[in-house]
Amino acid sequence: MMQARPKRPVRRARARAPGLAVCVAAATAAAVRATPPQELTQLKEGSGRDVTVSRCIVCHSLEYIPSNAPAMNRAGWEKSIQKMRDRFGAPATDEEARQILDYLAANYSGKP
Amino acid sequence: MLSRRDLLLAAACGWTTRRGLALEAPASPEVLAALPGKRPLLQRALRPPNFETPLPALVPAFTPNDAFFVRYHLAVIPSVDPAAWRLQVGGASAQRPLSLSLRELRRSFTQASLAAVNQCSGNRRGLFSPRVPGVQWGNGAMGNALWSGVRLRDVLQKAGVASDALEVVLRGADSAVLPTTPDFVKSIPIERALDESTLIAFEMNGKPLPHWNGAPARLIVPGWTGTYWMKHLTQIRIEPKAFDGFWMKAAYRLPTGAFPGSRFTSQETPETTPITDILVNSLITGPLPGARIRRGTRVELAGKAWDNGAGIASVEVSVDGRRSWREAALGRDLGRFAWREFRLPLTSSASGPLEIAVRARSRSGAQQPDALTFNPAGYHDNIVQTVTVEIV
Repeated sequence: MMQARPKRPVRRARARAPGLAVCVAAATAAAVRATPPQELTQLKEGSGRDVTVSRCIVCHSLEYIPSNAPAMNRAGWEKSIQKMRDRFGAPATDEEARQILDYLAANYSGKP
Repeated sequence: MLSRRDLLLAAACGWTTRRGLALEAPASPEVLAALPGKRPLLQRALRPPNFETPLPALVPAFTPNDAFFVRYHLAVIPSVDPAAWRLQVGGASAQRPLSLSLRELRRSFTQASLAAVNQCSGNRRGLFSPRVPGVQWGNGAMGNALWSGVRLRDVLQKAGVASDALEVVLRGADSAVLPTTPDFVKSIPIERALDESTLIAFEMNGKPLPHWNGAPARLIVPGWTGTYWMKHLTQIRIEPKAFDGFWMKAAYRLPTGAFPGSRFTSQETPETTPITDILVNSLITGPLPGARIRRGTRVELAGKAWDNGAGIASVEVSVDGRRSWREAALGRDLGRFAWREFRLPLTSSASGPLEIAVRARSRSGAQQPDALTFNPAGYHDNIVQTVTVEIV
C-alpha cells in the first residue's frame, strides 16, 4: 500500500497546462450557473406532456428524457416505461402509460 | 438551443476527444453547475444527481475532492451525521455480528491508505456509437484519489467469516423516492471482500469524504468499477447465497465472455455476468482537440493511463495513422491502482491536421483495442484515444 499524499495538485495542473485553465475560464463565462443547480429541461409542447412530466418527476428530473432521445425510438421508450413501472414501481395506469409512450415516441425519438 | 459557440467550447474542452475534432452535438447542452461543496461540474442530471468532472480537473495527479464526479441512482440522499452513524456488520455467514461507530471503526482497526482510480462503469457512454440509453457521460465519470480508512477484511474477520461465506452484501444510507423501487444494494465475492486492497474509507485525499462522494464512509474496491464502491455505507452482510437484488441480477451486466476481467461466478449466467474489472484505458488531457500549433514548435502530449491494478506497462503514441508507435514517458508510480501520467513532446514539420493516437498497455499484457465491443448498457469504452490538432 502506498502512503503518498497529493501535493498541491491544482497548482501543478495550472503550471503544466495553461491552455486548460483558459478553457475553464471560457466555459465559465458561457455556461456556469449559480448554486444550486436547477432543472434545465422544459419538455416540448404536445399531447401527453403533462402526464409525462407528472409521472416522471416523481423519481427523477427531466434531463434524462432529452439526453436519452438520441438512443431512443418508440420500442426503446416502451421498454423504458415498462422498466419504470414493473421494476421501479412507477405509479401510472395503463392509459397514462400509453399517453406517455405516445408523447415520448413523437417528441424524443432520435434513433432510426 | 445549443449555439455554435457552445459546441466549440464543448469540443475545446475535450468532451469529444476520442472522436477527434467532430463538432457533433451532445444530446443536451453542456452545463456546468455547482452542487453544495463542489466546484462547477458538468450537469448530466439534477435528480438523482449525476455530475461529471470537466477535463481540466482530470489533469492533476489527484483529482480534487470538490471536482470529483457525483453519481447516484436514487434521489433520497440524507446528510449522515458522523457522530450518530453506525455500521452494522452481520448476515447469515457472520459468526459475531457487530455494530461500529465511526470512532470505533477508526480506533479498532489498522489504518490503510491507497491511491486508486474510481471509474463509473458507464464512463464515456455518451460517446458510444450507436448511442445507448443511460446517463450520457463523457470522459469525466472518473477520478483518482488517495483513499484512507480500514481494511474491509479486518472488519469482516472481527465479525467472524463462516466457511460457507459466498458474497458480501453492501447497503448505503441513500434510498429511493418510492418504496416500490429496489434499494441500491450491491454484492461482491467473498474473495474480493477479503482482498487486502478492499477498504472502508472515511478520507479522500487526506480530508473527510465529501457528502456527494459517500460521507462518512464508503467502500473502495480498487481495480473494479465504481458500482461496487458503496457510498454512505451503513450495512455489510456476509452471506452464504448469491444476492438476488435488482442491481445485481438486472443491472451492471455484460454479455458473458465478451470482456476480460475477474469472474463473478456466483452471479454469472450463460448469457450475462456482472461488470467487474476496469479495462486498460487512457485519457489525453492535452493538447486539446482543434488546438492550432505553429509548425516546428513543440507540443507536449500528456494524459493518464490506468487499468485494473496490474499496472501500466507502457503508453504508446502514433502520429502516422497508427502505423508506427513511440513510447511516452511515464510519470511517478502512485500505486498500481492509481492512474499513471504520461508525456511525450511532439513536433511536426508538416502543416495541416495532425492526428495523435494513444494506446496503453497493461502489465497483464492487455492493450487498448481499436474497435469498440458494443454492449447494450454502454460499458467498457476503452478504445484507442485520438486527438486531432491543426499544425499551422
